[in-house]
Amino acid sequence: MDNKTNQWREDFPILNQKVNDENLVYLDNAATTQKPQAIINDIDKFYQHDNANVHRGVHTLAERSTEQFEAARVKIQKFINAQHSDEIIYTKGTTDALNIIARSFGEENIHEGDEIVISYLEHHSNLIPWQQLAIKKHATLKYIELDKDGFVDLEDAKKKITDKTKIVSIAHVSNVLGVINPVKELASLAHMHGAVMVVDGAQSVPHMPVDVQDLDCDFLAFSGHKMLGPTGIGVLYGKEALLNAMPPVDYGGEMINFVHLYETSWNDLPWKFEAGTPNIAGAIVLGDAVDYLEKIGMQNIFDYENKLVAYVLPKLLKIDDLIVYGPHDPKKHTSVISFNLKDLHPHDLATGLDMEGVAVRAGHHCAQPLMGYLGVNATARASFYFYNTVEDADTLVKSIVATKEFFKNGTV
Amino acid sequence: MALSKMDNLYRQVILDHSAHPHHHGKLDDSTNQIELKNPTCGDVLQLDVKVKDNKIADIAFSGYGCTISQASASMMTDAVMNKDIDTAEDMVEDFSNMILGEKTDTDILDDAATLKGVSQFPARIKCATLAWKALHKALNKK
Repeated sequence: MDNKTNQWREDFPILNQKVNDENLVYLDNAATTQKPQAIINDIDKFYQHDNANVHRGVHTLAERSTEQFEAARVKIQKFINAQHSDEIIYTKGTTDALNIIARSFGEENIHEGDEIVISYLEHHSNLIPWQQLAIKKHATLKYIELDKDGFVDLEDAKKKITDKTKIVSIAHVSNVLGVINPVKELASLAHMHGAVMVVDGAQSVPHMPVDVQDLDCDFLAFSGHKMLGPTGIGVLYGKEALLNAMPPVDYGGEMINFVHLYETSWNDLPWKFEAGTPNIAGAIVLGDAVDYLEKIGMQNIFDYENKLVAYVLPKLLKIDDLIVYGPHDPKKHTSVISFNLKDLHPHDLATGLDMEGVAVRAGHHCAQPLMGYLGVNATARASFYFYNTVEDADTLVKSIVATKEFFKNGTV
Repeated sequence: MALSKMDNLYRQVILDHSAHPHHHGKLDDSTNQIELKNPTCGDVLQLDVKVKDNKIADIAFSGYGCTISQASASMMTDAVMNKDIDTAEDMVEDFSNMILGEKTDTDILDDAATLKGVSQFPARIKCATLAWKALHKALNKK
């Protein structure tokens, strides 16, 4: 592959700028991704031509916006291979989607003595909703151990998931360790015991093909802004039968069938869960983001990022005093890489990298229990997307070494 | 190289305080204690203060944090040692003003005045102010 650029990079105007007098190298894609010019244009286009509320008017603009809003739902349905488009609920993001599952399915189905099973590597958004539900219902929250590479350990899962387990909820890809967890196998384990399988897809759906029917998960949550779309739009996928049986969590417009003075009947799926005016532009543009990604091909994106990891991971591992978390075999590692320089706080490292134009995240990555599990307080994290290049990877490596030298010997 | 800009942030005296922090540890006879967390990074600072005759008779800090937060804590303990409470509270305000880039009297802050450069690094302001916030909270703890 070309070192300096690739065929997609030019689509992202934000990448073409200097930060602290250096070329920007954006490696914080696990936090949020940048947007291609086409997507930025699509947001403009909607507000300039088609803006109207959905499902409410009979006028032409209302019909146009409704048509696009629902067409995006079908695109997303096909993107994750859901059986029905009404299994796609628009949410604010992954966090919102996971909270809806906990507050609706969880509220109905979790009782005293039941078990909810998660793992040590979960993001706070796939932890606190279950923790609070468990507290409220006097249920038991259980954590599956990680194996030596940081994968959710299937052997331990077999012990933790029992006939008392009602919900298993696991990150498909870790936002810290970059491992792809065996969610298909976990789903089958969960089903064997009569539990439902929730998959946090925030870090997987943007980077690899995800097929909900193949995984046989019951719920999948993901965010638009981590896959080229705007913030404030995300998706809750749920199997139709489950969603149908679940009560709504928010009440208001759109989600009703008929409102009487003292009772209300609910709208059909998916609108039962979409109270109030939704993020219409966000949903439509998320559909456009799906088009953009599919044009490249999710397998191609996965393979490209894999090549970048195979290039950069060995170079990182060769840096003296750099501790790399998660698997050291590039084949087992997605494009999220966490690391620390020995005796240097990740914030100091991240400031050094920022001075070199390299944007990484430093902190606990909303995964404090995992930090405790790893025995660290915080890490630095570089996360790549398909618009990153070999040159970006080289700049990262060079800047880590320069920062290390700075803190050892002063400016070089 | 843009890394040279970091000299404004990580001056030698700051690196020295971070590598060899002063008043690091716990006090057996503290009168005021506080634990403060920086929720964005998970850093933790414990501060033990011994107040006697309205003065800071002794002070010590422990916990975990970055170069800036550790150096700042070390410098803060140096600066406020043996000061009376009102003076220490004034210093808290002076330091905060300095870090926010406002004009203020920094002479009284001793080494802590060398953290002035942090004002050019907005992402790191919380690291520098953590120890001073802890002092303020510890002194006002009922």
